[in-house]
Amino acid sequence: MAYNLKEWSQRPERFAPGHRMCAGCGSPITVRAVLRAVCPGDRAVVTSATSCLEVSSCIYPYTTWEDSFIHTAFENAAATCSGVEAAYQAMKKKGKLDQTYKFITFGGDGGTYDIGFQSLSGAMERGTDMVYVCYDNEAYMNTGIQRSSSTPKYADTTTTATGSRSDGKVQYKKDLTKIMAGHHIPYVAQTTFIGNLKDLHEKAEKAIYTPGPAFLNVLSPCPRGWRYETADIMKICKAAVDSCVWPLFEVIDGKWILNYQPRHKLPVEDYLRPQGRFRHLFLPGNEHLIAELQANVDARWEELLKLCGGN
Amino acid sequence: MKKNLMEHIGEKSPYQDMTPGGIVYGGGNSTDVRTGDWRTVTPVFHPEKCTHCLLCFPVCPDSSIPTQDGKRLDFDYDHCKGCGICAAVCPLGAISFGEKEAEQ
Amino acid sequence: MSKRDRLSGNEAVAAAIRQIDPDVIAAFPITPSTEIPQYVSQFKAEGRLSTEFVTVESEHSAISACAGAQAAGVRAMTATSSAGFALMHEMLYVVASDRLPVVMAVVNRALTGPININNDHSDSMGSRDSGWLQLYSENAQEAYDNMLMAHRIAESPEVMLPVMVCQDGFITSHAVENILLEDDEAVKAFVGEYHPKDYLLNPARPVAFGPYGISAYYMELKKQQTEAMERSAAVIREVSRQYGHMTGRYYDLIEEYRMEDAQLAVICIGSSAGTGKAAVDELRGQGIQAGLLKIRAFRPFPGREIAAALARVKAVGIMDKADGFSGSGGPLGAEVRAALYQAKASVPAVNFIYGLGGRDVRVDDFYNIFGQLGDMADGAEAPMYRYIGVRE
Repeated sequence: MAYNLKEWSQRPERFAPGHRMCAGCGSPITVRAVLRAVCPGDRAVVTSATSCLEVSSCIYPYTTWEDSFIHTAFENAAATCSGVEAAYQAMKKKGKLDQTYKFITFGGDGGTYDIGFQSLSGAMERGTDMVYVCYDNEAYMNTGIQRSSSTPKYADTTTTATGSRSDGKVQYKKDLTKIMAGHHIPYVAQTTFIGNLKDLHEKAEKAIYTPGPAFLNVLSPCPRGWRYETADIMKICKAAVDSCVWPLFEVIDGKWILNYQPRHKLPVEDYLRPQGRFRHLFLPGNEHLIAELQANVDARWEELLKLCGGN
Repeated sequence: MKKNLMEHIGEKSPYQDMTPGGIVYGGGNSTDVRTGDWRTVTPVFHPEKCTHCLLCFPVCPDSSIPTQDGKRLDFDYDHCKGCGICAAVCPLGAISFGEKEAEQ
Repeated sequence: MSKRDRLSGNEAVAAAIRQIDPDVIAAFPITPSTEIPQYVSQFKAEGRLSTEFVTVESEHSAISACAGAQAAGVRAMTATSSAGFALMHEMLYVVASDRLPVVMAVVNRALTGPININNDHSDSMGSRDSGWLQLYSENAQEAYDNMLMAHRIAESPEVMLPVMVCQDGFITSHAVENILLEDDEAVKAFVGEYHPKDYLLNPARPVAFGPYGISAYYMELKKQQTEAMERSAAVIREVSRQYGHMTGRYYDLIEEYRMEDAQLAVICIGSSAGTGKAAVDELRGQGIQAGLLKIRAFRPFPGREIAAALARVKAVGIMDKADGFSGSGGPLGAEVRAALYQAKASVPAVNFIYGLGGRDVRVDDFYNIFGQLGDMADGAEAPMYRYIGVRE
């Protein structure tokens, strides 16, 4: 069935306005899109790690979530969801529940790549029937922009400060999507906000409606942490994809599928330049740092092309 | 208008009125919070230029572009924070942003 | 109709769990509680348990999954000890403050430093402020009985707080004793079903658990929580009374052993009470008016009941199987003294730290203690606390 944004627009809004995330935040765009993929007749239980999303979406006595929601702690969103899903299985088996529920967990990169990694890995490995969505804004934003293992190399964060002795983060970004593919779960995908959100919407739908564990990694820019013009979020995401910094791909039952190959691969500079967190890379004398990043992007892209083979 | 099941609770409520464990009943009652008050720049919708391509509605972080039957409606100014993403994304200039407009 | 059997503490808890048949169990192995999830797996494999068994990858995930399941609307249980229990610490506060009546079996084992697999109470005492009810068992029978009462207590609308049922690692958990078991139907009828008012999987009304509670609300929510803990004492008594009616085995918040005319008393928790009672009997035979007070419910703390029981005592030895490392003794030492103070009962007291890391507790240790109490009753000075059973 062909993608039709108008049809998608007629689905009920499951993420109400009135949350306290920053103007222009990428996280709620991710959340709205993922929840839109839940069929109107189905219900969801949303779990969230402590994060910008959680503290902004559920402040007593308010909630932005139209569905049931639970937050317990920072490192255990996937484990908490695992328990909710087990309860669902128990209730279904005992005939105590007719309705269909989908289990969706949201975590930032902090609660997913780092402190929440163990519980994510456990929940996925156990085959929990759930979707884990990482809204990846590439740093611990909620506590004030500290580096995570998802932060790109040379990014300026409050714990990888740049100065005469430092060029920013020392390590390359961890490839969590690949690690999740290594769990051999039925569906893994990497996506972000492009155009009419076809990629994100369709992947969310596949993730939610594929039985078993699914993982979605959604690049969700943060205007405060990345320091770009707030209104330009879509340009940033497009540059990320067109420069192959953030490729769009899926791993379906172990088969790697590339969803998009840019006709004209942009130089990584075009992605870095609009972002204040990379501003120091454009100082004279730092050209080699950008060259290094370019070489890394190219190598990873080649690797991905090989994995996706002729698919 | 959906009823806010928590509307009897406020910062002056005695402890006896709190919900057990801080549970929040119902969904989506955050609509009572007027985040539109945050705005310093207000987007303006020009329906005459709009073809309802709907590129704007899903990228609004604040669910402030309501739609009906596949067409967008005017902004929800109670909640729009004035981020400008919609204006940047509109291919037809049907959203102006940055001009000096009176607050709705 | 009670049936005689011979079970270890772990087997007894497993037997109770099988009869309760909770909807979800999420557990991770740790000595000496490991057998409990193993029995769960075995019972499931034999078709004797319908529980969804989530083999989580850590204890923090175990308690997190229990929180999720309980919030979702079903009964969730887990079991752990020592470091695993400590790993749950953060989440214990969450479960209690979210008012989720999770029931956990704790097989008490010393906390690491150095690593030790034997019994003491440092694990559960370390989270005594988490808001969980704590019931301590002297033997396998009590562990079994406490498990069967736990859900009725936890799920009471007056309470809605989680309960941990504790027993001494190895001493109780691995020692086989005679035990009376109730039959499946009687247990089912007694434990009843869980019917939460609000839960995640309620299609009629979605809910949100675990909001961000700003300063304007946090303290009011805590006040509600603390009142629930206060109300739990009466609920424990009532459920215990009903349990006694069903089984003939009656329990209260504390147990007074030969306390009516006791001049010298000890107060303790867990299996050592058994050893203590034997010592008391022996001393009584020698004409010493010894008595023993055993705490079953440590949370809520039965301060008034303890003070009343000690009112006419000439000296009391408050025994702690955990050192609080305050330089002033252990948790029971502090809390019993506070209760005595509040009751304006100036009973000479000394806090004995004993049995750490599985150090054997012998009848001789109790003779030593009662000897010291006798001296105190005669006016000897006593320190805040002292270690008993340590080589010096």
